Amino acid sequence: MNKLNAYGIVAEFRTSADILHAAERVRDAGFRKWDVFTPFPVHGMDRAMGLRNSKVGWFAFLGGVVGYTTGMLMIWFMNAFDYPLVVGGKPMFSPFFAFPPSYELTILFGAFGSLFGMLFLNRLPRLHHPLLKNRRFALVTHDRFFLVIESADPKYSETETRILLEQVGSRHIEVVEE
Amino acid sequence: MGTHGTSLAIPEPPAELNRAPLVGNNRSLGWISNRVCSLTEGRAPIWWWILLIPSLALLGMLLFMLGYQISTGVGVWGNMHPVMWGWDIINFVWWIGIGHAGTLISAILFLLRQRWRTAVNRAAEAMTIFAVMCAGIYPALHVGRVWYDWWLFPIPNSNSIWPQFRSPLMWDVFAVSTYFTVSVLFWYMGLIPDLAVMRDRARTKLKQFAYGLFALGWTGSNRHWSNYEKAYLILAGLSTPLVLSVHSIVSLDFAVSQVPGWHTTIFPPYFVAGAIFSGFGMVLTLLIPLRSIFKLEDIITKRHIDVMCKVTLATGSIVGYAYGMEFFIAWYSGSPYERYAFINRALGPYWWGYWTMIVCNVVVPQLFWIKAFRHNLVVVFIISILVNIGMWFERFVIIVISLHRDFLPSNWGYYSPSWVDICTYLGTFGLFFTLFLLFIRYLPMIAISEVKGVTPQADPHHPLGGAKVKDMALHE
Repeated sequence: MNKLNAYGIVAEFRTSADILHAAERVRDAGFRKWDVFTPFPVHGMDRAMGLRNSKVGWFAFLGGVVGYTTGMLMIWFMNAFDYPLVVGGKPMFSPFFAFPPSYELTILFGAFGSLFGMLFLNRLPRLHHPLLKNRRFALVTHDRFFLVIESADPKYSETETRILLEQVGSRHIEVVEE
Repeated sequence: MGTHGTSLAIPEPPAELNRAPLVGNNRSLGWISNRVCSLTEGRAPIWWWILLIPSLALLGMLLFMLGYQISTGVGVWGNMHPVMWGWDIINFVWWIGIGHAGTLISAILFLLRQRWRTAVNRAAEAMTIFAVMCAGIYPALHVGRVWYDWWLFPIPNSNSIWPQFRSPLMWDVFAVSTYFTVSVLFWYMGLIPDLAVMRDRARTKLKQFAYGLFALGWTGSNRHWSNYEKAYLILAGLSTPLVLSVHSIVSLDFAVSQVPGWHTTIFPPYFVAGAIFSGFGMVLTLLIPLRSIFKLEDIITKRHIDVMCKVTLATGSIVGYAYGMEFFIAWYSGSPYERYAFINRALGPYWWGYWTMIVCNVVVPQLFWIKAFRHNLVVVFIISILVNIGMWFERFVIIVISLHRDFLPSNWGYYSPSWVDICTYLGTFGLFFTLFLLFIRYLPMIAISEVKGVTPQADPHHPLGGAKVKDMALHE
């Protein structure tokens, strides 16, 4: 098969322990463009793949800061700057009465930050993916575990990579086209 | 199920750690997908139509009542001087309180690592969203002139005046709308991997397209799961202070005023506990029948029901403590108005409302101390309904009894709801059940990938997850 139109090699595993150990071996073999696909997050897989801590937290933090600042500035602008009105003899602006809405906006913008940050980091939505065209791969949402080494990886070799995946215990290996 | 060849010598954990499994009968990963997705596949069962049709009829009645109220005015309700907040605000607080259990299950129990939550969180979160939708109708409508609702938003009105944020009613707008939005985000994010399950099982083009579109191209990649789990954790961390703030702010609508019976500092925690209490009542009311009809006994096990009964008991006891403390403070404050307000609750013209509340909220849930009651589904179901009735009466007691005796006896009155109040309230059940029935028919009502994640097969260090003896020894 032509290497140019191969997306990568897909190796299927039956248990979470098998895929975890396979991932450790592939990580140690020095691959870079590869991934593990599981029906649920497997505990310890981030470490087995050598992934670093997710950066979603920064998006949520940024959202929270923006939310709180927006709330405080908005209420100051509306009630103390643009159209000050005395209500019940209370001050035009106080951080105390501005706090509850600002608190809610912190949470609101933080939540948007974490959801959209997650989608951005994962480059989702992505409605076309070579793997999603593979019939057998559809079992990934059912009960199977897959390890995929992309042809774009510098260490990728159709024969040697296949041998490695056989060695780590996969019983079903196939090449998926682009 | 595992691929181990040799026999396993697994050391038995100490008895106190040996808990019943979360998924009964050692069901496989595939069984979970098949069981949950099959509920949405094939033709809709007859009972679904039998429930949907009256729900739609009630929803139609709701729309008619809202149209009648908008075209005629708030005078069609029973609200009358001195009781200017009647069933509208009672039902608003009641519905929004019900929502709180969903967020407690999805967020707080997630942070507390309560793994049993996975079986019930999806349905409970759906309940939250639909309950908040029912709640949202009331504040929008009770302003009387709904076409001025936009004055609540931070937009200058026609005289360039902005909303003024010194009022807790404005805080409430932000709290409730944030609560709704974040609940929807959290629910949707939990649904993404399960929508991918539905997409991969779909047989018709329409289903493949619809589920595929909303699954956003989810592949189950671990690089994605890594970000996903972090985002889920953060959303849980954000929803926890959110859910505690929402009912606190709702309670401030009352507590910031000067009315005896409302002007109390105990309100925020007392309202939050009551909200979670009523929400668990509703979760049990919904899930006990569904569990039997859908044959989900292996996913929502007796242990799940048992744990939820214990939460109901705990929050019900907190609520009971708050009732007692309110009376103590009314006596201890030395304020004659405060004392009168509370004696009037128990012995005044609405004594029946007060005692219904006490029986349903404080007395009946105490039966959950006894294991036999927690394991009798009929008893649990009946108590769960009584909890919801009791919590409705709690809001009735707080709102109507506090208002019907004004400071001057010449302002005293007696409040009764009108037929429009009653029909609007029944109509919100139509909205709630229509949405809930559509949810259980078209979306996975159990969080499939989360339930898979708490099975022993998911654990790479468990023999059912494929762990070999040497790995086990390694992790000793």
